[in-house]
Amino acid sequence: MKRTGLGILAVAAWVLSSGLPCHAADAIKIGYIATMSGPGASLGTDILDGFKLGIKHCGDKLGGLPVEVIVGDDQLKPEIGVQVATRMLEKDKVDMVTGIVFSNVMMAVAKPITDQGVFLISANAGPSPLAGAQCLPNLFTVSWQNDQTHEAMGKYLQDKGVKRLYLMAPDYQAGKDAMAGFKHSFKGEIVAEVFTKINQPDYAAELAQLRAAKPDAVFCFYPGGMGINFIKQYAQAGLKEEIPLYTTAFTLDQSVLQAMGDAALGLMNASFWSPDLDNPVNKKFVADFKAAYGRLPSLFAAQGYDAALLIDSGVRAVGGNLNEKDKLRDAFKKADFQSVRGKFKFNNNHFPIQDFYIRQVVKNEEGVLTNKIVAKAFTDHADAYCDQCPMK
Amino acid sequence: MDATLLLMQGLNGLQLGVMLFLMAAGLTLVFGVMNLINLSHGSLYMMGAYLAASLQQQTGSFLWAILLAVPATLAVGMVVEVVTLRKLYDRDHLDQVLATYGLILFFNELVRMVWGPQARFMALPEALSHSVVLFPGMRYPAYRLVIIGVGLGVGGLLFWLIHHTRLGMLIRAGASNREMVNALGVNIKVLYTVVFGLGAALAGLAGMMAGPILSIEVGMGEPVLILAFIVVVIGGIGSIKGAFVAAVLVGLVDTFGRVLLPAGVSSMSICILMAGMLCWRPKGLFPAHG
Repeated sequence: MKRTGLGILAVAAWVLSSGLPCHAADAIKIGYIATMSGPGASLGTDILDGFKLGIKHCGDKLGGLPVEVIVGDDQLKPEIGVQVATRMLEKDKVDMVTGIVFSNVMMAVAKPITDQGVFLISANAGPSPLAGAQCLPNLFTVSWQNDQTHEAMGKYLQDKGVKRLYLMAPDYQAGKDAMAGFKHSFKGEIVAEVFTKINQPDYAAELAQLRAAKPDAVFCFYPGGMGINFIKQYAQAGLKEEIPLYTTAFTLDQSVLQAMGDAALGLMNASFWSPDLDNPVNKKFVADFKAAYGRLPSLFAAQGYDAALLIDSGVRAVGGNLNEKDKLRDAFKKADFQSVRGKFKFNNNHFPIQDFYIRQVVKNEEGVLTNKIVAKAFTDHADAYCDQCPMK
Repeated sequence: MDATLLLMQGLNGLQLGVMLFLMAAGLTLVFGVMNLINLSHGSLYMMGAYLAASLQQQTGSFLWAILLAVPATLAVGMVVEVVTLRKLYDRDHLDQVLATYGLILFFNELVRMVWGPQARFMALPEALSHSVVLFPGMRYPAYRLVIIGVGLGVGGLLFWLIHHTRLGMLIRAGASNREMVNALGVNIKVLYTVVFGLGAALAGLAGMMAGPILSIEVGMGEPVLILAFIVVVIGGIGSIKGAFVAAVLVGLVDTFGRVLLPAGVSSMSICILMAGMLCWRPKGLFPAHG
């Protein structure tokens, strides 16, 4: 037993001594973990498409190194996410991991990945525990903290002087977070807070109750397919003209708008990004994304793109020497790249401090439904949990 | 809750029930006549919706899309029966569940490859896209009234088919005693293909009718499938009449449960209904097998 132990130590010492060269790596391996199959797949595909475009714009390299992207499907299951992550760390020996669409998967994989000293760049999920007390030095979230976008709409409606509001969301963590975030900044009367069963297809009964309650306005959070159902049925019931509906970008992002049709036209939603955001990086991103994939990018694609640019900036700063973890971390923290959202910086918890906008669904000159900025809700908005994070 | 709201929720319950009936009718026929547990029934619902959405894009007409997509899903169902399910009739239910679960995965990925991961859109004809005033103070979406009409019409048609035609007689006979029908010289293979095709067409029709209300996306059939199975169990396996009564019952209980009960309890209301029904009538309301 002792002899094998010694043997392993010897081998480990040898591997370590030869495996830690002080020169630049000759390639960078990136593990991309997201939900790539089943009903939640369109987000993962969008982020990956944005990420790939980012790599292309960095000269088919990241930080000067050739890139290999290994794609893994978490099937929207935390335990599968952990399996995929373990395989990527141990078998593929990836240098970094990115992607991660859903917060439940993020909560499961964040520690196993970062504990190995590997950097995790979240391109979507931003659950509150990881922004607060459980924040991690090797986790950088390039998208947002889950509550932030909803806080922006809450602020907008508060400033607008809306008095009686009706809240609706699916009954699961992200739905509850959305409503909690909204209430951080909206202080008016909440007529009712209705949680519907997750993936419930039909809302006729709830909409009849809503109409009878006669609120001034409605705030809802229904991402993906649920949103398509909800928005279509809201319009078909004739409620759109009767009671104004407000939501966030997740309910009205580019990937679902065409499936909603005119039911979505004119609706307001909050977001950190919009295709018409006026800066040169974003213009190039939107035009090239459209040319490459034949559709307008969603905010998810924008996040994937920024994830690539962030990695590029960090790796470039350490001259491609991926083993210089501390320097790499400092470089990431500086976020020294031109984001599609304009100015961008990380907070102490490695979550973004950024502006939030109110967008409206319009038809562009080609008759395609898309979002247009109509107002700004927040400037340099930090999340509500950064004080609980011990990192400085 | 005032009278208008009560009536409104009643209509909502009826409409949900009618949609469930279209799903469950096919399921109960296949289950009752062929003794096959078909988990991929929801996939046929999804195929119906996708085919109709594509056909509507091609033809520009909602009606044509429905008229063409129904025979198309019928054909899809028959192909599935001939290619895969035919080999499963003699196996036990667990093998059938496994194989038809495989079909769900197959159809989901097929749809993703053909139509892509993004949800599809199906527009309503202009005349049906608004809500109508039933009487002062009560507006109801016109299209949902159409769904109720179509569902009741299909229900009547099926009732006639089952009880007043030769095919219906064979289906009823097959549901009560399979071996005897076979012994009397009826080509049971063809009967099975026809029944499965019919079931597929009904599921497809449900998907098409749901298309303009719901998002047409990968996996849209699974949540409906579970409700449809509950309807089949409550109504009695193999009974169209049972499926209709149970579907409306489930539609009403679900709708009023969601409105009147707190969130946690309301999601259980249907399961409580099923459990109660199983205690009271273990074979369902109108069992086909005596």
